[in-house]
Amino acid sequence: METLGNLLPYIYASLMLVSVLMYVVLDGYDLGVGILSFFATEKQRNDMIASIGPFWDANGTWLVLGIGILFIAFPSAYEVVCRALYLPIFVMLIGIILRGISFEFRVKSKLRYRNLWNNMFFAGSLLTTLAQGFMLGSYVLGFQSTVSAWFFALFISVCFVATYSLVGASWLIMKTHGNLQKRAIFWARQSLWWTAINVAAISLVTPWLSERIYDRWFSMPNILWLSVIPLSTFVFFGLSHVTLRSLPRQNDAKCWVPFVSTVGIFILAALGLGYSFFPYVVPGKITILAAASATKSLMFLFIGTLFVFPVLLGYTFLVYKVFHGKSSDLRYD
Amino acid sequence: MVDTLILSRAQFAVNMTFHILFPSLSIGLAWVLLFFKLRYSKSQDKKWMDLYFFWIKVFALSFAMGVVSGITMSFQFGTNWPGFMETIGNVSGPLLGYEVETAFFLEATFLGVMLFGFRKVSQWFHTFATFLVAFGTTLSGFWILALNSWMQTPSGYKMVDGVAQPVSWIHIIFNPSFPYRYAHMMLACMITVMFLVAGISAYRWLRKDRVPAVMTGLRVGIIGAAFFVPLQMVVGDMHGLNTVEHQPEKIAAIEAIWHTESSVPLVLFALPNQKTQKNDYAIKVPHLGSLLLTHTWNGKIRGISSFKGKHPPVLPVFFAFRIMVGIGVLMLIFAIWGVFSLRFKKDITPLLAKGLTAMTFAGWIATVAGWCVTEIGRQPWLVTGVLKTADAVTKIPSPYVSVTLTMYIVVYAILLSAYVSTIFYMARKAGDVEDLGPLPISSRKAIVDTI
Repeated sequence: METLGNLLPYIYASLMLVSVLMYVVLDGYDLGVGILSFFATEKQRNDMIASIGPFWDANGTWLVLGIGILFIAFPSAYEVVCRALYLPIFVMLIGIILRGISFEFRVKSKLRYRNLWNNMFFAGSLLTTLAQGFMLGSYVLGFQSTVSAWFFALFISVCFVATYSLVGASWLIMKTHGNLQKRAIFWARQSLWWTAINVAAISLVTPWLSERIYDRWFSMPNILWLSVIPLSTFVFFGLSHVTLRSLPRQNDAKCWVPFVSTVGIFILAALGLGYSFFPYVVPGKITILAAASATKSLMFLFIGTLFVFPVLLGYTFLVYKVFHGKSSDLRYD
Repeated sequence: MVDTLILSRAQFAVNMTFHILFPSLSIGLAWVLLFFKLRYSKSQDKKWMDLYFFWIKVFALSFAMGVVSGITMSFQFGTNWPGFMETIGNVSGPLLGYEVETAFFLEATFLGVMLFGFRKVSQWFHTFATFLVAFGTTLSGFWILALNSWMQTPSGYKMVDGVAQPVSWIHIIFNPSFPYRYAHMMLACMITVMFLVAGISAYRWLRKDRVPAVMTGLRVGIIGAAFFVPLQMVVGDMHGLNTVEHQPEKIAAIEAIWHTESSVPLVLFALPNQKTQKNDYAIKVPHLGSLLLTHTWNGKIRGISSFKGKHPPVLPVFFAFRIMVGIGVLMLIFAIWGVFSLRFKKDITPLLAKGLTAMTFAGWIATVAGWCVTEIGRQPWLVTGVLKTADAVTKIPSPYVSVTLTMYIVVYAILLSAYVSTIFYMARKAGDVEDLGPLPISSRKAIVDTI
């Protein structure tokens, strides 16, 4: 029991990383679809939105879980993060609200408002993405308030638009067909290299700015086995690139490859970030252990989590299975 | 210059008020939808499915509003109330954690099946998904009201170095005010939805849209209201007695009782005056205060002055309570009127229809007023006897908070008016569709395409 108690903060830190990763992939694709919807015709837009319809509510819940774990398990870190990111968080929330409600209003309100809600859907998705990119950029640098840190965060936030567009476009390649699928392939190609720049920028800037992180990565023998991460990231980018050039194929073969490679890239990026920042929960400021809540509270939630989490993943999988395949029109009946 | 504390309180109030509107609808509506679905399964009468498909649109819209404004809430503690998690995070954290893990994912995931799975899954699974969504919304209410009740009447914890440590989770969750507050809020959700259903149906009735689904919606709303409103009055009374026992200062503010006395009159209306500690222009009913609060003729009730400054402001609590009860009484009148009209005339009158239409969102006002009573009534504490609101607030400079507060108000005001007008628009649109007559469920495509 005692050793489990000591391990709990690390278990929660890993769970948090998993939740954020799930969020970035899942809400990433529906935010990406939101951004791309701006460049589509009305018919295509309907199909695009139909492809995310059954999922987006649950996707957003991963953010609540991620932030939830931060404030449940690491309350003092939660405070530091929320204070440092007060305005970006606000922008993100406004974005989330706008896109979430536009999603519903665009088909339910009067026809003459349709375009307004379409634009709101795009604007909300874009704002949310920019804000999240900005937050990641600031977090990586441990919330420094220098001009260069600010520009870095801004740069990451722009790259994030491409990153979410990539995962959104990859999702569409799987879920749609015909002209829209061709558009999606084009969008995916466009955003692929911007995403690569994003990943590269974060990977290079973090060790460059922090001696501690530099040492973690570039000392022998760590560098030997760690090089698997950048190398396989590179392989996934290459695979995506090559596949995108050959799509669409007959019988829609390999339409899933870009999405899976993108998820692979996200997983590797999360692993890399996790390794860089360990044992900190706020880079260079607060460690996982120092920020952790009372063991008794963590244990109470952990016991439930052991049962609930597999069930949760199970029914999430089930619903994805129900709506598997090319998406059809969104209809309630 | 207004300080961060006031601004942060206002911001929390604005966010919370906006948020609670939608869960209160989705909790009630989810059960009503399950009811429609079950009635259809049993009777195969098409009108139940018409009701289901109309109200599921309202549900989807409300649910989306609830989800996005709920995400906002999860950040509010950190951005504006860091002291909250620091002091009682060990108690509140797991409760919120269980809410996310057991309820949020359940409702949000199966919502997809409920909304878009009608043709993708078997009928029983679709009904089951509807049930899981309803269950999820109600379960999420369970956790959040457990936490809120704990903040009102904390138990099952000990303070160690200024931080709350859990001692007994059973006592934390089932703290003294929880059962009453939970029942009170769940009933409030049901009543809110009954008046929404009755109001929108009455609106369609007024527009001469009197298809079976509208008439049945009207019946469900009115009979449901007649069932839940009296029940709520009993539960409200029990909740009040519980508050007398555990938060007497809140009762003193609700009833504007300044000094401890026996045979307390009930103040129907007054302008409570904080300075003179008296009620100006008071209209009172002798003994009724004691009778309601202690269930005895001459019962003694503690007054504001006996709490030595640790009491809530009287004026807002006093008026919020009267708004809540006033709407409750109006609801009872409309419910009885409606039941008699349906019973003896088999229909409603234009006057009743207009009244019900005006009452469409009455549940919202009562719910928000009720929350004002209980939340302002808890002041100056954030957690009664444990943490003061002023000690939990952020150190973020007030101009930042002013900017975000203003923006929230603007966005919410626009969204709320869009929401209300869209609901009425949907009601009008539903009536404009010609009924194509009875069709088997599997060939309803024609109808939907017309919509």
